[in-house]
Amino acid sequence: MTQFIIKSIGQRIVLLFFISIISHSIVHLAPGEPSLVDPSNPRMKAEDIQRIRAAFHLDEPLHVQYVYWMKDLFTDELKSFKDNQPVLKKIWDRFLNSLPLFIVGTLITWFLAFPVGIKAAINRGSTFDKTGTFLAYALISIPGFFLSYICIIFMVKTFNVPVIGMRTFGLEDAGLLFRSMDRVWHWTIPSLMSAVAGVAILSRYVRSQMLEVINQDYIRTARAKGLSEDAVIYRHGLRNALLPFITMFGLIIPGLIGGSVIFETIFAWPGMGRLGFEAILARDFPVILTLNFISAILVLVGTLISDILYAVVDPRIKF
Amino acid sequence: MNTITEMQDAEGLKPAVSLFRERWDIFKRNRTAYSSFIFLIVLLAIAFVGKALTRWFVVFDPQQVRLPEKFLPPLTSFTGKITPAEDAPAFNIYLMGTDELGRDVFARMLEGTSVSLTVGFVAVGISVALGIIFGGISGYYGNKKFGFLTVDTIIMRFVDIMLCFPTFFLILTVVALLPPSIYNIMIVIGLTSWMGTARFVRAEFLTLRELDFVAAARSQAIPEWRIIFIHMTPNAIAPVLVSATIGVASAILIESSLSFLGFGVQPPDATWGNILADGKQFIFDAPWITFIPGFSILFVVLAFNLCGEGLREAFNPKLQEGK
Repeated sequence: MTQFIIKSIGQRIVLLFFISIISHSIVHLAPGEPSLVDPSNPRMKAEDIQRIRAAFHLDEPLHVQYVYWMKDLFTDELKSFKDNQPVLKKIWDRFLNSLPLFIVGTLITWFLAFPVGIKAAINRGSTFDKTGTFLAYALISIPGFFLSYICIIFMVKTFNVPVIGMRTFGLEDAGLLFRSMDRVWHWTIPSLMSAVAGVAILSRYVRSQMLEVINQDYIRTARAKGLSEDAVIYRHGLRNALLPFITMFGLIIPGLIGGSVIFETIFAWPGMGRLGFEAILARDFPVILTLNFISAILVLVGTLISDILYAVVDPRIKF
Repeated sequence: MNTITEMQDAEGLKPAVSLFRERWDIFKRNRTAYSSFIFLIVLLAIAFVGKALTRWFVVFDPQQVRLPEKFLPPLTSFTGKITPAEDAPAFNIYLMGTDELGRDVFARMLEGTSVSLTVGFVAVGISVALGIIFGGISGYYGNKKFGFLTVDTIIMRFVDIMLCFPTFFLILTVVALLPPSIYNIMIVIGLTSWMGTARFVRAEFLTLRELDFVAAARSQAIPEWRIIFIHMTPNAIAPVLVSATIGVASAILIESSLSFLGFGVQPPDATWGNILADGKQFIFDAPWITFIPGFSILFVVLAFNLCGEGLREAFNPKLQEGK
């Protein structure tokens, strides 16, 4: 077991090295440098551009720039091109903003998808199952931002609640209860919207997994023993159906960055996705690269955790 | 042909039906999937007709600006008080209203149909081609050494690396840094979505390469690329077909998300994504500009997804027995 963990950590570090090289070359080889963001500015003279390029090491060859990036990243001296702030601190602040949205969204996804999927599997072919299937496909197929706009208009017109941003401006002196309610309303819609696609996909997986388990011999044995239906479904069925979802648990972590760009833009939420989007617009290479690097680390750590959990939970797997 | 069938009947054998014929009959039995397939065929026809009518023999002009006629609701007829008569829309009626510049939304949607579908199909074409090439090579040449690593290891580790990138963020980075063009979008979506196909093809090839017909082909000294692409690929195509159908759906969705962020297909070209993204500013004054493309995307993507799911069920070997 320890040997397996050490071996897979080693493999992942090699992978991470190649990922960082590829993303570094993609970002640096693409046209458009930070010094060229504002070409129409008459005050930018050729020597100014030269100075900027020298200050950011942009005039060095690619592999030297890579070494600079790695060195600065690990000594915590990497500075953003845009405002000269430390990159890691910037990302950490935004990460703390993204985290509540991510946690609430994940909770909604898992607590909604499992009951729906199990019920659909038990009553296979019923009206509930058929509507559920169709709704799931419809929710996967709708563009996320379109659904969000419909939802914003509906919520604001019907319930008259705030939805944009992290908090209502000018409420700093209000009472604690009032402030926290305001926060909760601001969380609700964005996390609900980012959970919609997840609920649709996950409930389909739960359904097919439950269907597979329910037809197994040991379920028939459990029924034949005279166990109550609840015990058969939840203790014997669900526990076995849960196994593949451990792998999925590791794979949702990267959604923290990639999936949130659209929703954070719509809801003006200052999170990691928005930070990446702004960095792309400003050609802020250190921030783009570091975000990419961190999300690759998250993916690799996520798969590692799910591999280990799988071995811990399922005694049939041996290394 | 008839005599063969009669002979088979006489000997009590099942009639010989080709694999695709058989699968196709199973697919037809699934009513939702079959009707979405018909819907997609109709849509393809609309896309061709729309392209012809907006580009080659102009009946609907999607770029005709008529400022006095802006924000007209759907089904308003053309009056021609201020606007000259030669600028009138086809049949003197705005079937889906007009947008903020007085352009005919129906004409723009017609133009957008072909552009949106092209984005979807070309992107998926690129990803399927890459997937078959990489998956085929890694499955066929599996244990051939290349230095101290096998070909299979190199390609599959590369797939792992590609899977670690956050796809949408990567697409956004590349599209934002490159000059805006519809071809860049198709290529980038294709280049970031071939990994699933490569894995499927490799898995199929691992079993196929041990089969007799491959050994027979090899014994006849048929060149290896011919064995891979002409003899083996058709036998591994079923899972590719399913993931390609669903891939078109996600490519259309990605294009609309890119348009929403302002990096999609640039004006004056119209796609459903950028009509929707432009219309969102006027959602209170002119909701039809948002809702018509929004629901069109919903229905088309839904049809692709249902169709893909029907194909998956039809090609599932577990359904083969007893039918």
